[in-house]
Amino acid sequence: MHRRGVGAGAIAKKKLAEAKYKERGTVLAEDQIVQMSKQLETFKSNLEEFASKHKQEIRKSSQFRVQFQEMCATIGVDPLASGKGFWSEMLGVGDFYYELGVQIIEVCLALKHRNGGLITLDELHHRVLKGRGKFAQDVSQDDLVRAIKKLKAMGNGFGMIPVGSSYLVQSVPAELNMDHTVVLQLAEKKGYVSVSEIRESLKWERERACHVLEDLLKEGLAWLDSQASGEPQYWLPALFSELTSRDVTPEEANQMTP
Amino acid sequence: MDRFTWSNGLLEMNETLVIQQRGVKLYDGEDKAKLDVGIALLSTHQLIWRDLKNNECCIAIPLSQIIYFEEQAAGIGKSAKIVIHLHSAPANKEPGPYQQSKFSYIKLSFKEHGQIEFYRRLTEELSQKRWESTPMSQPIPTATDSQTGRTRAVGIVGIERKIEERRKETDKNISEAFEDLSKLMVKAKEMVELSRSIANKIKDKQGDITEDETIRFKSYLLSMGIANPVTRETHGSGTHYHLQLAKQLGDMLLAPLEERGGMMVLTEVYCLVNRARGMELLSPEDLVNACKMFESLKLPLRLRIFDSGVMVVQLQSHSEEEMISSALDNVTDKGSLTAEEFAKMLGLSVLLSKERLLLAEKMGHLCRDDSVEGLRFYPNLFNSQA
Repeated sequence: MHRRGVGAGAIAKKKLAEAKYKERGTVLAEDQIVQMSKQLETFKSNLEEFASKHKQEIRKSSQFRVQFQEMCATIGVDPLASGKGFWSEMLGVGDFYYELGVQIIEVCLALKHRNGGLITLDELHHRVLKGRGKFAQDVSQDDLVRAIKKLKAMGNGFGMIPVGSSYLVQSVPAELNMDHTVVLQLAEKKGYVSVSEIRESLKWERERACHVLEDLLKEGLAWLDSQASGEPQYWLPALFSELTSRDVTPEEANQMTP
Repeated sequence: MDRFTWSNGLLEMNETLVIQQRGVKLYDGEDKAKLDVGIALLSTHQLIWRDLKNNECCIAIPLSQIIYFEEQAAGIGKSAKIVIHLHSAPANKEPGPYQQSKFSYIKLSFKEHGQIEFYRRLTEELSQKRWESTPMSQPIPTATDSQTGRTRAVGIVGIERKIEERRKETDKNISEAFEDLSKLMVKAKEMVELSRSIANKIKDKQGDITEDETIRFKSYLLSMGIANPVTRETHGSGTHYHLQLAKQLGDMLLAPLEERGGMMVLTEVYCLVNRARGMELLSPEDLVNACKMFESLKLPLRLRIFDSGVMVVQLQSHSEEEMISSALDNVTDKGSLTAEEFAKMLGLSVLLSKERLLLAEKMGHLCRDDSVEGLRFYPNLFNSQA
């Protein structure tokens, strides 16, 4: 433990150190800490002023939130690091994202038995919005992504897998490597995938394809349809709602029925 | 999309091409239009769109039909768009790709960028309104401000005008907010640089820092959301705030932990605590940093990280041997168990039951049978009957 020495000897030593530093034109760390404390006070009041004028923007505009987050990232500041941070306390950014985190966890937990812990960002977005009710603030997908990034700090394998034009959100600690991810991406179009499709598109050997599919089955991320005509199909419940909730116009419906 | 008419895409004598952009996909309101990606062309008189692959598929709409338009920023996996709000189609409109539409706006989606310049040119053309001074030889039906037009002002056009005014007002507020935000960020950046300088000095031992000062420094970092450059700890952990928090959690979590067999996943704790607080919520990192202090504060709780990466809070009284022997007993009793079956028996979450079984396996008491039917655990007979 460092302690500033007391006594004549210590005073002399300190004077020597100060002189040396002044000579080299550098400022001592403890002086800088005092300086920082002063700057912090000033900054705090600037932030308060900003908040009094613009706090609404953060709540109302997801576009503003994106800009705000990007600016913070550029200068090396994480406004969501702590609920005790200035940004969180005065702008209310924290509460917005932390509460969103709670809602995301709850949705993922509620659906885990069905999709094994994998859900599309679209479906997550849709369900979170539903859960928030009509009068709640609007929440964008960017907001969800940032909230999810923060959740990673708590272990439990929250992650995002790029698939198609969007993402799959993973909420279980299943280890998904590149092979798994690529198969998920392949399955995105139809919601299912087969061994021969994998071999054709990815040019893998049979064993590699089967191994990955087995992994997905074991983790509960895929369901096996062994009664499909031709060969067995591996369906991904995480991708189900994409297909079943698509609106179909009368003309399209007529074209679809054989 | 029902405002568009089929067009040959050729410009008239008085008409000039202003800008064209490839890779544009059209939207009917929120829905993707039944058209492929194509080229959007802006002239002094019209907005034209042509299919890239099938050049004969070409549609156009007069610029006078546009009430107002706005940008829609790009998102993840989504291109930037320009949303264009339109007047209703006049009664004598020529046929087009859509007979009817429930939307009164369209979107241009810029898959190959170019939206900024297109937006700028569109703004120019709509403010200059060059089509009014140089009418095309073929009279294109426009929404006229005739006597009947004025009475419409109270109706749809009036509402749309109000929307535009409100949008302009919002825009003004947002741009002012952005300006103020930029100034704020400049000051924040100074603080970041100062903190880095301090951290370097601490590292190089230039100057004597007391423990008090170190704690103060950490709390400054916490307030600003700056990662501690010296220790790389996330954002000033180990501060007074986290100390207080740890004590609060020590009180608050005892009962819930007992109810749940002595262990809770950290995400569950997060939801429980924040739901109870309602306001001034904890960040995930706050929670983790507070839980890390349980041991040093001699509280009866521990933060524990399993091999799988799952983080839990468990009661200190919750002995490891107890968990393992209970797992072994249950598995021996039933012959074999999966995590789901075990969970049902104990009334625990599947995640935690699995961790218990894995722990018992790690200690050599259980063996696994890993198949597509699931992960099943058996007593390790090699061990017990060897």
